[in-house]
Amino acid sequence: MYLGSKPSIEKFGWRFLTSSTWDPVQEIFGALPIIYGTVVSSLLALIITLPLSIGVAIFLAETAPPWLEKPLSFLVELLAGIPSVVYGLWGIFVLVPFLRDTVEPYLSDKFGNLPFFTGAPYGFGLLAAVLILSIMVLPIIASISRDVLRSVPQSQREAALALGATKWQATKIVLKDAMPGIFGATMLGLGRAIGETMAVTMVIGNRALISPSLFDPSYTMASVIANEFTEATSQLYLSSLIELALVLFIITIIINGLARLLVWSMERRWKAS
Amino acid sequence: MKLRNVIAVLFLALAVSSVAKAQLQLNGAGATFPAVIYSKWFDEYKNLTGVQFNYQAIGSGGGIRQITEGTVDFGASDGPLSDEQLAEVKAKQGVEVLHIPTVMGGIVLSYNLSSVSQKLKFDGSVVADIYLGKITKWNDSRIAALNPGVTLPNKAILVAHRSDGSGTTYIFTNYLCKVSPEWKEKVGNNTSVNWPVGLGGKGNDGVAGLVKQTEGSIGYVELAYAVQNKLPYGLLKNKAGNFVDANFNTVTEAAAGAVKNMPSDLRAIITDSDGKNAYPIAGFTWLLIYKDMKNETKAAALVKFLKWAMEKGESYASGLYYAPLPKQVVKLCEKKIASITSNGKKIK
Repeated sequence: MYLGSKPSIEKFGWRFLTSSTWDPVQEIFGALPIIYGTVVSSLLALIITLPLSIGVAIFLAETAPPWLEKPLSFLVELLAGIPSVVYGLWGIFVLVPFLRDTVEPYLSDKFGNLPFFTGAPYGFGLLAAVLILSIMVLPIIASISRDVLRSVPQSQREAALALGATKWQATKIVLKDAMPGIFGATMLGLGRAIGETMAVTMVIGNRALISPSLFDPSYTMASVIANEFTEATSQLYLSSLIELALVLFIITIIINGLARLLVWSMERRWKAS
Repeated sequence: MKLRNVIAVLFLALAVSSVAKAQLQLNGAGATFPAVIYSKWFDEYKNLTGVQFNYQAIGSGGGIRQITEGTVDFGASDGPLSDEQLAEVKAKQGVEVLHIPTVMGGIVLSYNLSSVSQKLKFDGSVVADIYLGKITKWNDSRIAALNPGVTLPNKAILVAHRSDGSGTTYIFTNYLCKVSPEWKEKVGNNTSVNWPVGLGGKGNDGVAGLVKQTEGSIGYVELAYAVQNKLPYGLLKNKAGNFVDANFNTVTEAAAGAVKNMPSDLRAIITDSDGKNAYPIAGFTWLLIYKDMKNETKAAALVKFLKWAMEKGESYASGLYYAPLPKQVVKLCEKKIASITSNGKKIK
């Protein structure tokens, strides 16, 4: 990838990461808005989905009666198996009209003075992408977290309950044990969100733009590559796209590294305590 | 042991069958837009002669890359190669590449205005200014001036464009460059550009989806796609000053209008073309053929196929929603095809 992106690296240097013009005609390539779109959409999706999916996992692993747990688990896993194009289509035909006609007018009406909810409500845009991503990531985090919670020895729960803990207090203890696993699940979910291409590109509006507003179109790295690679005819254009892939790869490595570091420091703290 | 025997037999069977089928196969790759008619041609031609084609619709950019690297027998592209690209092929492969136009496509402006029932009229500068973000409302005085008697709603215009690199975008932006100096200076002409406004949809279906879903939107899609999906689209004012509806006849007429200025290498862009009824946003799609080929059997087969395509193949075009080449252009192509050689020798 480095070799492939060499012409672009030599031409633009760091400006590739800091400039915000993506202009295939003039052959000026700056990836900042695209990197911004990728990171913001993934992080926001994670923020939305994390409490939900951990809630689902706790419910499935700890409190759900068996007759409900089986079909529910099956449904959650089914959600993980839906191809992303189908999510994208659902986004276009269900989510986007709903956002355009109901959610976005409401938000701009009530919170219109915040910069996050300004601009024309088209439905397509960052908000739609964030919601689609959070729905796609939910089953991954939820089903892995459920398995992690299950793998905590039953004796832990029994011990807590025997000491007079309430059900919720016992669950908290179990959660603490399962934390590294849940964290790993979250990272896996984040990985999927960052790399997701099809469903995102179908609803995000596809314009390299940095805007605080969730209503505005945005762009992600994976979408840009998928969209423009087949027709990128010039050497520099092609190598800029490959450099984009390189950046995506590096960001993934950084996130993974940070996650490892966090897990490692958590484990050390526990061992000490 | 048993399983291994079974596998061995399977492999043997596969090998035998592929030897039995070993016949001439020509490999090609490139544009997706003409892929439908190309596969029809290849299929018909295989029934006639037994020559097999393997065409991969990987996009014009891919087609140009493959022909530059010499990994295919022919390429296909919706945009002509630039002079630098031609020089690169010459440097890498040692031969020239010929452009052979095959069929044509038009690009229409589709819109979604439920309150307007008749076809809206546009002209080049209005379209350019809509896409520049200078005209933002449907009841803008300049749109109203082109459409007397139509009550236009006081609605914001949502601009939709292609997000993926595409020959359609190339032709559309080429047209905008011709009709608007400001567009030429600020945005320019390519398979994807830095759009000043609007939302991007992936593929014709993506743009059509944006338009269908959003009241007050406008987007450009291929004529064939618009016809197949019954999208409403506007009339466009051409160079001669007439408002022209896009259909296969008016697109073909655009090519006819361009014949007299046709460059000898057939790399003609036919947007904003002369001709009373010429539709202004139209373009060729080309097959890219090496002028001289090493493999004589392949060269002969390819030349025969091209001749067949020009004589018989064109008649399939309109049934598959492509505009056929006008007679004058077919003649130019046939001359070009006759100039293809194999190892320096003419092909009979």
